[in-house]
Amino acid sequence: MKPGQMVNKKPFEAVVREQGPTVLRVCRAILGVHDADDAWSDTFLAALQAYPALPSEANVEAWLVTIAHRKCIDHVRAGTRRALPVDHPPEQSSSLGIPGDGHEELLDALAGLPPKQRQAVAYHYLGGLPYKDVAALLGGTAEAARRAGADGVKSLRSALTIHQSLAHTSSKGDI
Amino acid sequence: MTLELSPDHAEVISLLHPLDAGLEPAIASLHARLARDAQLTHTLDIAYRIVDSPLGKLLLAATDRGIVRVAFELEDHDAVLQLLANTVSPRILQAPARLDDAARELDEYFKGTRTEFGLTLDFRLSRGFRLNVLRHLPRIPYGSTASYAQVAQAAGSPNAVRAVGTACATNPLPLIVPCHRVVKSDGNFGGYLGGSEAKRALLRLEAAA
Repeated sequence: MKPGQMVNKKPFEAVVREQGPTVLRVCRAILGVHDADDAWSDTFLAALQAYPALPSEANVEAWLVTIAHRKCIDHVRAGTRRALPVDHPPEQSSSLGIPGDGHEELLDALAGLPPKQRQAVAYHYLGGLPYKDVAALLGGTAEAARRAGADGVKSLRSALTIHQSLAHTSSKGDI
Repeated sequence: MTLELSPDHAEVISLLHPLDAGLEPAIASLHARLARDAQLTHTLDIAYRIVDSPLGKLLLAATDRGIVRVAFELEDHDAVLQLLANTVSPRILQAPARLDDAARELDEYFKGTRTEFGLTLDFRLSRGFRLNVLRHLPRIPYGSTASYAQVAQAAGSPNAVRAVGTACATNPLPLIVPCHRVVKSDGNFGGYLGGSEAKRALLRLEAAA
């Protein structure tokens, strides 16, 4: 869309359809599958409320990722269960992934990352935020956010490689 | 959107791909939950639903005041929703439950078992003379027709025959507000938002019942 052009705001339904999956991936990466649903709901309800006031030329995806970031923090602060490596994975997550598809392994690996790394990976790679915007959310410089993202990816790769079940052949995976 | 892509961007995305497990059904149930929560918190300005009908898919939309829009497929539902976003509010969600009554009454109408609608209507998309015309249309009884000239007279402006035509052609609540019962004085059907075939079918349905 060209800047300066009068842009009409889409019906919110279209926003949910277009951005719903992105926001859910981000919430899953930050909180794990179970709490992600609540964070997604809080995010979209808050977004719906604020939507009329959003400038029509705003980047809707970045706006939603920012709201999701705050809602995820609320969830962690509220003391809801956090995505930590668990001895017995909750029963319900078994229905969400085909066993052996790497779902549990990835969630465990993400939960094992320091929060800033996990957030940097989620917001940059899943949420599509440039590192300067990630830095605005996490504090610090864009370079620090980039490092956190890179370190996070490195840790994920090694955690998932150790988990030999993932037959992931990567030219860069030789850590 | 400009994004400085890391050289390994695509590879990281595929590394994170297991997060997509069960994503679609999860989104579907979260959407339903959002529609419910939005109604409960009065955050939703327009609820809509798409229903099947003998005239094709119909879009039904409601505000908290009542049914605000009925649209034929021919009108392009996406365009209709965008116009509602521009003119009423962009806080629009597919929230079928809110339109249960409207869907049921329309269904009964198409089956020939309903001759009048008992729905609360929101006329905010119409004003002035057009609104005046629309308010008169339900007085044309089921199964009969009136000419544009007769409606003009009934609406208090006998010379405004053309304006009656415009009011019917821009009726935001077709079917429920029966603009299909207004025909040309020479007996021709005249135009219709849903196409002249649809108008013919409706008049046939009402004549048969």
